[in-house]
Amino acid sequence: MITTQKRISLFCGHYGSGKTNIAINYACMLRAAGLAVSVADMDIVNPYFRTSDSREMLQRAGIGLVCSPYAGSNVDLAALPKELYDLVRCRDVYAVMDVGGDERGALALGRYVPEILEEDNYAMYFVVNFARPLTRTADQAFDILREIEQAAGMRCTAIVHNTNLATQTTPQTLLHYIDALQQLRQKSGLPVAFWSAEHTLIPALADALAAHTDKALYHELFPLHLQAKITD
Amino acid sequence: MSEKVLMKGNEAIAEAAIMAGCRHYFGYPITPQTEIAAYMAKRMPQIGGCFLQAESEIAAINMVYGVSSAGYRVMTSSSSPGIALKSEGLSYLAGADLPALVVNVQRGGPGLGGIQPSQSDYFQATKAGGHGDFRMIVLAPASVQEMANLTLCGFALADQYRMTAMILADGTMGQMMEPVSFEQPPLQEVEKPWAVRGTENMRPHNIINSLYLVPEELERKNVERFARYAEIEKKEARCEEYHVEDADIIVVGFGIAARVAKSAVDAARAQGIRVGLIRPITLWPFPKEALYRAATHAKRFISVELSMGQMVEDISLAIHCKAPVDLCFRTGGMIPSPEQVLNSITDAKTKIDTERTPC
Repeated sequence: MITTQKRISLFCGHYGSGKTNIAINYACMLRAAGLAVSVADMDIVNPYFRTSDSREMLQRAGIGLVCSPYAGSNVDLAALPKELYDLVRCRDVYAVMDVGGDERGALALGRYVPEILEEDNYAMYFVVNFARPLTRTADQAFDILREIEQAAGMRCTAIVHNTNLATQTTPQTLLHYIDALQQLRQKSGLPVAFWSAEHTLIPALADALAAHTDKALYHELFPLHLQAKITD
Repeated sequence: MSEKVLMKGNEAIAEAAIMAGCRHYFGYPITPQTEIAAYMAKRMPQIGGCFLQAESEIAAINMVYGVSSAGYRVMTSSSSPGIALKSEGLSYLAGADLPALVVNVQRGGPGLGGIQPSQSDYFQATKAGGHGDFRMIVLAPASVQEMANLTLCGFALADQYRMTAMILADGTMGQMMEPVSFEQPPLQEVEKPWAVRGTENMRPHNIINSLYLVPEELERKNVERFARYAEIEKKEARCEEYHVEDADIIVVGFGIAARVAKSAVDAARAQGIRVGLIRPITLWPFPKEALYRAATHAKRFISVELSMGQMVEDISLAIHCKAPVDLCFRTGGMIPSPEQVLNSITDAKTKIDTERTPC
């Protein structure tokens, strides 16, 4: 992925699709490749599980975090920090932007879109989890993709297949929706950038996919080292 | 939708309500339950149902009163301060013997408190839903799957006993995501001969009302209602019992607190401490029998809560004060850690051992 790496990577999608986990893991990957990187928590909708929950881990890894000063507090305020402007305008740092869920979350992105388009060095990933109730089919996912694009004022550039059932995910969970993924690709005209799954599932997933003929559907598998979020 | 899907607790409640035949939802946004309203706003128009964002919580609960009067399944949802606003309506529903499902995804209080999870509406839900002599059935889910299951169960109980069933969840249960599967329940059409949906000149008028001009009549209504409550206490109390049989110590917790408590019980068992968990699934009726049974062998109880000991008295009463009840809590929007609960368990063990040692 690194060879074609754009400066700004945006992750958007239906809420609960796994954007936050992917954004954090993606930032870690860029950092591990020696790049200076900051991750921005742009979620002004969800007050609970957010990028900023991983504050300490990101700090240890040497990854910058830009998030609302109110994240994780009792202040329920749709505010974005001024540092976000730096991230968009100062072109010497790689930026990973965790966009809020659905079109409501993507609305907050609009303010930064003119600069992002002007620089023209970005990838905007539409993260899809077909096991979520309102994105069960390619049609439903496509509707949400278009709503997000309209709200944000910019187009997605690729799809990320992150279908999962949290801790009950198996390779089959992703493989089961291969037709839906194919349909979404055709409907949207967007390429599939990568599949993401918990890192322990990657070898079995690679084996299962080896026999598959349509290489364009899965040319990269991205391992996630999931953030623990809640006590079981 | 028997295939598993990944859902937020709030979404699971909304989808389960639709499966239960609920076609009317009235609400007003408040964190951390807003996804229920958002989900209903998307789904209701697809299935010919009615989603209406009311002008206030008070308006929403009175719309519930209206739809329930007409004999249809209806729900509203809110979070703590919003439920307080609904309390007048809850009392009127009780006074008119109307079934309804009301969801409280609790946040911290009192006052505006905070948006993080809490269980501090225990008193409000189980004892003081509103003014007057009445009860609500209170269901406390501890997983996203149970958010769905208890929603289905709540509608059925509400219809059966003509009263409000409340889902008492907390912000964590509302926001957390877990796989869930839905089994379409056989929709039992409950006869509602009392409903106001037109007489077609075939019968006398039905009247839905909570005002009684004759004192004796009001008293008779209250006594009738409490006879029904007694039946519910006898038949409907539910709880999960975990390693209770031989336990010296019983941890009691519901919802998210019970999940934390369960891992602490496992950790304590690994250290050889005989400890069990009783997880009330119904908070009213409270699972008194299971607790009383446990008190025949347990020497100490611990209430694990996201509140300041609101459940302690109910445990003491259920076990007839046969054993002390300790409290293990966090408030302010925080959740006790498994280590904190484990410490409470080892403390209780030390106290039991010390009391045994002759001086």
